[in-house]
Amino acid sequence: MKVLLSWLREFAPIEGDPQWLADQLSALGLAVEGIDLIGGHLDGIVVAKVLTTRPHPKADRIQLVDVDAGDGQALQICCGAFNMAAGDLVPLATLGSTMADGRLIERRKLRGEWSNGMLCAAAELGLSDPQDGIMILPPDLAVGADFRRAMGIASDVLFDLDVTGNRPDALSVAGVARDLAAWLKLPFAMIDPPLDEQADWPAAGAVAVDIIDGDLCGLFVARVLDGISVGPSPRWMADRLVALGMRPINNVVDVSNYVMLELGQPSHAFDLGRVAGGRIRVRWAGDQETVETLDGQRRVLSERDGTICDGEDRVIGIAGVMGGASTEISANTDRVLLEMAWWDPLSIARTARRLGLRSEASTRFERGSDPGIIDVAMRRFVQLLSETTAVRVAAGEVTAHGNLPEGATVTLRTARVNAVLGIVLGRDEIATLLEPIGFRSQVQGEDLVVRVPSFRMVDTTTEIDVIEEVGRQYGFERVVKTVPRPTNQAGALSPLQQQRRRLRQAMVGFGLTEVMPLPFLAPGDLDRAGLPGDAITVTNPLVEAESVLRTSLLPGVLKTLAFNDSHRNAPVSCFELGHVFLPTDRNAVLPDEREHLGAALAGLAAPAAMEVWQVVVDTLGIGSWRVVADSPPGLHPTRSARIEAAAAGTNIVVGAVGEVHPQAAEAYGVEGRVAWLQVDLSALLGLAQGAAPYRRVSRYPSSDIDLAFVVAETTPAAAVARALRQAAGALLVELSLFDVYRGDRVPAGARSLAYRLRLQAGDRTLTDAELGEVRGRCIDSVTSTLDAALRS
Amino acid sequence: MTAELVAVEVARTEALLRIAGASTVAELAAVETEVSGRRSTIMELRKGLASLDAEGRRRVGQAVNEVLAAVSEALSLRRHELAQADWAQRFEAERLDLTECSPQRRRGHLHPFTAAWERLEDVFVGMGFRVAEGPEIETEWFNFGALNFPEGHPARESQDSLWVDWATPGSTLLRTHTSPVQVRTMLDQAPPIYVVCPGRVFRQDTPDTTHMPVFHQIEGLVIDKAITLGDLAGTLDAFVKAFFGGDFSSRLRPSYFPFTEPSAEFDVRRPDGSWLELGGCGMVHPNVLQAGGIDPETWSGFAFGFGIDRFALTRHAVDDLREFWSGDIRFLSQF
Repeated sequence: MKVLLSWLREFAPIEGDPQWLADQLSALGLAVEGIDLIGGHLDGIVVAKVLTTRPHPKADRIQLVDVDAGDGQALQICCGAFNMAAGDLVPLATLGSTMADGRLIERRKLRGEWSNGMLCAAAELGLSDPQDGIMILPPDLAVGADFRRAMGIASDVLFDLDVTGNRPDALSVAGVARDLAAWLKLPFAMIDPPLDEQADWPAAGAVAVDIIDGDLCGLFVARVLDGISVGPSPRWMADRLVALGMRPINNVVDVSNYVMLELGQPSHAFDLGRVAGGRIRVRWAGDQETVETLDGQRRVLSERDGTICDGEDRVIGIAGVMGGASTEISANTDRVLLEMAWWDPLSIARTARRLGLRSEASTRFERGSDPGIIDVAMRRFVQLLSETTAVRVAAGEVTAHGNLPEGATVTLRTARVNAVLGIVLGRDEIATLLEPIGFRSQVQGEDLVVRVPSFRMVDTTTEIDVIEEVGRQYGFERVVKTVPRPTNQAGALSPLQQQRRRLRQAMVGFGLTEVMPLPFLAPGDLDRAGLPGDAITVTNPLVEAESVLRTSLLPGVLKTLAFNDSHRNAPVSCFELGHVFLPTDRNAVLPDEREHLGAALAGLAAPAAMEVWQVVVDTLGIGSWRVVADSPPGLHPTRSARIEAAAAGTNIVVGAVGEVHPQAAEAYGVEGRVAWLQVDLSALLGLAQGAAPYRRVSRYPSSDIDLAFVVAETTPAAAVARALRQAAGALLVELSLFDVYRGDRVPAGARSLAYRLRLQAGDRTLTDAELGEVRGRCIDSVTSTLDAALRS
Repeated sequence: MTAELVAVEVARTEALLRIAGASTVAELAAVETEVSGRRSTIMELRKGLASLDAEGRRRVGQAVNEVLAAVSEALSLRRHELAQADWAQRFEAERLDLTECSPQRRRGHLHPFTAAWERLEDVFVGMGFRVAEGPEIETEWFNFGALNFPEGHPARESQDSLWVDWATPGSTLLRTHTSPVQVRTMLDQAPPIYVVCPGRVFRQDTPDTTHMPVFHQIEGLVIDKAITLGDLAGTLDAFVKAFFGGDFSSRLRPSYFPFTEPSAEFDVRRPDGSWLELGGCGMVHPNVLQAGGIDPETWSGFAFGFGIDRFALTRHAVDDLREFWSGDIRFLSQF
């Protein structure tokens, strides 16, 4: 909503520096997004007459123009435009004037010739003019006259306000003036236009209105006018409409718009001669009913659209949204039916949005217009229209009522006002704040009973709504700042949140960079990554390529790797922590949403991913886990494994480790091996072990046993290690696989695994006999349970 | 006797020459045996002392001892010299140019959004808040209904929200703010409540330099006895001073949100007097408290929220928001 200061001043004596006024409007919740000083930089601009034009002796692009600035003398000006001729009137910026862009006009030499001012183009004066070059003025102006006065340009201030959805009243100049006047403790006066009616011509005889569906229309007021001739609006009105962003069309349309901007009440004019039967019926549309609207479009309606129909029940307008073509005002129009109504806000919002016909009028109806202003608006309409044409007004308004809500009556507890706002106001002070913005109060003990005015009845219905009004008019900035502190808790991250942070730091410390690919995938992205299956889709995506929600972090990370590959960046090691969305149970209220860690090391093989997993385990303190050879989807079928962790007595799968499937990598344009780790943090973070009890460090010497086994390739090393751990028992303090050998000296299909067991007791030095016994047990355990033989 | 003394002197000269002539530690060990071992000339002379008279034994014996002492000292000196030379040789052989090394494993980089997120969390944790989280896909009720969005509110319409094919159409969406976490917190936890809810949110925005369909925001919720608008203003002011610096301040301007009333925008005043619009806030609407199972007559509260990503944008003077989502390592490794 834009408002002009001069227009506001027609309602209240508002004065002040434009920026200060803007700050006051913002403090009221009418955020000022722009201030335009109209005609603010025209001081020193005069009407000058071109006497002669001559070439500049030393320059082609400028010429010398002698002008008469009012004193009959020739004044030489250097000018870069060539569109003027002797006799033309032009605007001259005299010496000492300041242009809108801050330039000071001084006497100066251009290529040796004096210039005693500047001839101005329209844009340089902040005006619009279709013509290029210097502005050529109407020939009837007085030479030497002040430009602004001669052109009738009033200096004014235009405020561009961001009006929030709860302020229907501020969608009018009068409403903004009322609010600002109350804030500035200035008097506000609503206009009271006179009306001259034709006593012998009752409107009631010319038109009848029936509201069939009262839930659609609360109030329908009609007036009948005639004798109107359609023509242009006066310049002052057209200027104001342009300033507020509307295009002048003709006197009837312009007055309608002017009244809407001024008072917030839209109106519609019907050619009464074309309204069958002179009768208006207001009802919901029938399904598939159609109407041709003013813009020539045929609109198909539904049962949830409101209509205005004629006496034969034909639709002649879409309620509050757009009039129909059949009753449009034309040059042949004799009698006009002027409609002002109050429509159900929700129905207007619904219809305007469904038909894509949101307008200044529908916006006001859907926020909640003011039925109390209709009478004033009718009179204002006629008053303004009278400026350009004769108007005869039939006597009386023809009014029909539907379910028109009333402004609520709200009990406003003084204590509650102070408790919410954190201020100390007396009952009467609260009433004094509310009264100027139309909220009338009656005293009820310590409290008030407040009547909500008709221009706020849609948005203000409860006590808290009124408290907000008190707060606004009191001033949010006057509220004393206090800081509450919780008494039931200390500020802290949860253990899970702390683990997440540690994990991120560990990943970064290990050399991985955090990436954030978009969580949206294109159809087919999951398939290309070797992850087929159901996925959740966005039903109204911006673009098709962002319509699938990821079920894995892998595709996004592969895209990241491919991007860096294609930009010749060094091989990337990166990780992402993010949510994936699994349609595990389509009957659940919400999808199975899990937080995952994905880590990729481009150019590195699976063991690098095992290192990252070890970092995860060490960082989070995961006690019991194992890696089991597997071919998880999207991963290399023979160089990958699933990760299991012990949870409540069973092993659950918490991730996968290995390499990206080479076909998936290729499909995404990623070259070479990619070590890959994915972890379901939603499952894993909960498994972290708390503080473990201290284990005494032994003071006795340790002994090592080295054992090498020839183990079939089908038997995982993890199985050998498990067998060794079981056999060695409590004496084992460290087990390391220190050599893996494949080659001539072991049979095909097998490899040699060499382990070092470090044994130590807490209470004694181990004897050779004890060590021998452990050694025997270990060999026996491995060779008897697994496809393995001791390597001699 | 004179002959023996001459022989002692000759042995000394010879021994010292041999010691000086040894060029390695091993050679010196051999020389040591030769010049001071049991079969060395000097030890032979010492054995011969027995055949001398008392005066001879005394004088020759003294000379022998002197020679032995001198030899021992010479050996020690030479041994030290040779050891030094050995070390020097080894050091020369081991010489390394450390400027040839380029470390292969470098520390990675935290995403700037994460860094901003964590800095914000830290400030609020310092003010006594806990951090609450929730799902990114939400039901219409948690995202709108519980938050007092009127039926027909534009934000409910599909031009802003991204809806997903879950349950019945129009029932499930990618959350448009983290406010559903506030509702979940109210339902999970009895007041007093002091939480912030950082998280990822989604809007149907075409990507440009300042918009993305995915972004991060942090909201705060306080519910306690006798919480006022002044508490909201004071809490935000304390946050602004802790996060931006003591010479920053803040103000509230009336505004409108369905889930708060009174509602306000909060602006940050920079030391140079300019203003930065930070986010929205207000007193939790009684309908929202009721949806969260909290009696609005007993408890009151405030909520606030603002974007996280812009802090990363302005902190590093990045002019295009899309860079943060590009995955370009040349960009991400600068932070």
